[in-house]
Amino acid sequence: MAWLNIILQGALLGGLYALFAAGLSLMFGVMRLVNIAHGDLIVLSAYCALVIVQATGMHPLASLVLVVPLMFAFGYALQRGLLNFTLSGGLLPPLLVTFGLSVIIQNALLEAFSADSRRLQAGALETASLRLGDQLAIGWLPAIVFIVAVVVIALLEQLLYRTALGRAFRAVSDDADTAQLSGVEIRHVFALATALALAVVSLAGVLLAIRTNFDPSIGPARLLYAFEAVIIGGLGSLWGTLAGGVLLGIAQSLGAALDPGWEILAGHIAFLLVLLLRPRGLFPKQAE
Amino acid sequence: MSLLEIRGLTAAYGDFQALYGIDLKVEEGETVAIIGANGAGKTTLLRAITGLLRTPPDCIRFAGAPIGSLAPSRIVRRGIALVPEGRRLFPSLTVEENLRMGAQCGRGGPWTLSRVYGLFPALAARRRAAATALSGGEQQMAAIGRALMANPRLLLCDEISLGLAPRVIRDVYAALPGIRAEGTTVLIVEQDTSRALAEADRIYCLQEGRVTLEGAPAALTRARIRLAYFGL
Repeated sequence: MAWLNIILQGALLGGLYALFAAGLSLMFGVMRLVNIAHGDLIVLSAYCALVIVQATGMHPLASLVLVVPLMFAFGYALQRGLLNFTLSGGLLPPLLVTFGLSVIIQNALLEAFSADSRRLQAGALETASLRLGDQLAIGWLPAIVFIVAVVVIALLEQLLYRTALGRAFRAVSDDADTAQLSGVEIRHVFALATALALAVVSLAGVLLAIRTNFDPSIGPARLLYAFEAVIIGGLGSLWGTLAGGVLLGIAQSLGAALDPGWEILAGHIAFLLVLLLRPRGLFPKQAE
Repeated sequence: MSLLEIRGLTAAYGDFQALYGIDLKVEEGETVAIIGANGAGKTTLLRAITGLLRTPPDCIRFAGAPIGSLAPSRIVRRGIALVPEGRRLFPSLTVEENLRMGAQCGRGGPWTLSRVYGLFPALAARRRAAATALSGGEQQMAAIGRALMANPRLLLCDEISLGLAPRVIRDVYAALPGIRAEGTTVLIVEQDTSRALAEADRIYCLQEGRVTLEGAPAALTRARIRLAYFGL
C-alpha cells in the first residue's frame, strides 16, 4: 500500500511536468525552436503571480485570471519582436538567443526579488486531501494540478486537430514556404504559437509556486524536466508528453522513497533508460 | 492593362544570377506556357512572382498594382496561386485539410470544396486519407485543388506533369478547360514542349535566364523552338 501511495503521488507530480513540457513541445513542434529560456519563463510567471498576489491580496489561483493573459501577450510580443528574427538560419541562432534570454531573466529576477526562496500561499488548499484508504490519500492540490494538465493537453489536441489555427500550425510545421503560398501569415502564426505556449507556461508556473518554494535560479532544472518528459513521451505527441511526465514523476518519487538523495537521479536514470531502449520515445509520431 | 506584367526582372542566388532582365505579359483569360530546359530560370521566375523571392516593387505588376516586394501571403490574397513543383502537399494533413489550407487566404469565389471534388472525383473518395497515401496523380490533383481553393485570378502551374505516367498527365490536364471556364488565367511551366504548345495561347521560351522566344504556337516552327530551347 505504501508503494502504491508513492507511485500515485509520483504520477500526480507528473502532471506538473507535463504542463512544463506542453509549451516547450508546442514551440518546438510548430517552429523547430528549442526554447532554452522555457524554465525561466515558468519562474517569471511565478514571480508575476507573486507580485499580483502581494499587491491585491487575491488567492494565487485567482491571480491566473491576470497572469495567463499577461504571459500570452508577452509571448506574442517576444516571438514577433525577437524570436522570429532568429528562425531563418537553422537551429543554432534561436538556441543562442533563448540562452541569452534565460540569463537575462534569471539576473533580472535576482536583481528585483533577491535570491530568497518564495512561495505562493494557497491557504487550506495546500494541505487538504482526500482519503482513499488506510495508507492512501490524494492531496487536492496535486490532484488539481494533474487534472489541469489533462485538460490543457486535451484542449491543445482539440486546437491542433479541430481548428483552422491548428491546421495552420501543422501546415507551417510541415513546410513553411508552401504554407505562406497558401496565405498563412507565418510571423503571426509563430507569434500565436509562442503566446499559447506561454499561457500554458504561466499555468505551470503558478501551480509550481503553490506546490513548492521557488527562487530565480530554479528555471534550468524545470527546463530539464520538461525536455525529459517530451523525449520520453516521443516528439510531437502531446499525450505522450503527459505519459512522459508521469513516468518521470513516478521515477523521482520511487527514488526519493529509497533514499531522499536519489530523487532527481532516479528521474534522469529513467530518462536514460527510455533513450536506450526506445530512442524515439514511448509514443513517437510516425516518421516525417 | 495586362493582368500580369513583368519588366526587366533580374534575380540572383548569391553569386549565381538566375534571371537576366525578363519581360513577360499575361492578359486576363489567356493561357500562357513557359518552356525551357532545366536551369533556364522557370522556377526562379515563379518564385519571384509568388513573392518567395523579393524583387523591386515595380518589376512585377499584377492587375496594375506593383507586387514585387509583397510577402507571399499578401500576393496570394491578391489572387495569384501556385501549384508548386513536386506538389508539396502538407504530409501531416489529410487531403481535405490540404484543400482547406488553400482557402486560408480568405478569397471568395466559385471554387469550394464540393466544386473541387466535382472536378477531381478521385479526391472525394479519399478526403480523409493522409496526403502522403495518395498516388502521384492524385497528389497532383490535390495540389491543383488546393491552389484553386484560393480562387485565384491567375493560376501558376509549375511542372504539373513531372514524374507522372502519360495517362495520368492526360487526366491532370483534362482539368484545365474547367478551370479556364471560370475565367481563371493560367500560366503553366512545362518541360514537355509539345504539351505546352497544345495547351497554351502563347508561349515564352527561357534559356539561361533570358527570354529567347515568344509567340502563339501556330506562328512558331519546330526549328525556331529548338533553337530557342537549346541554343543550337
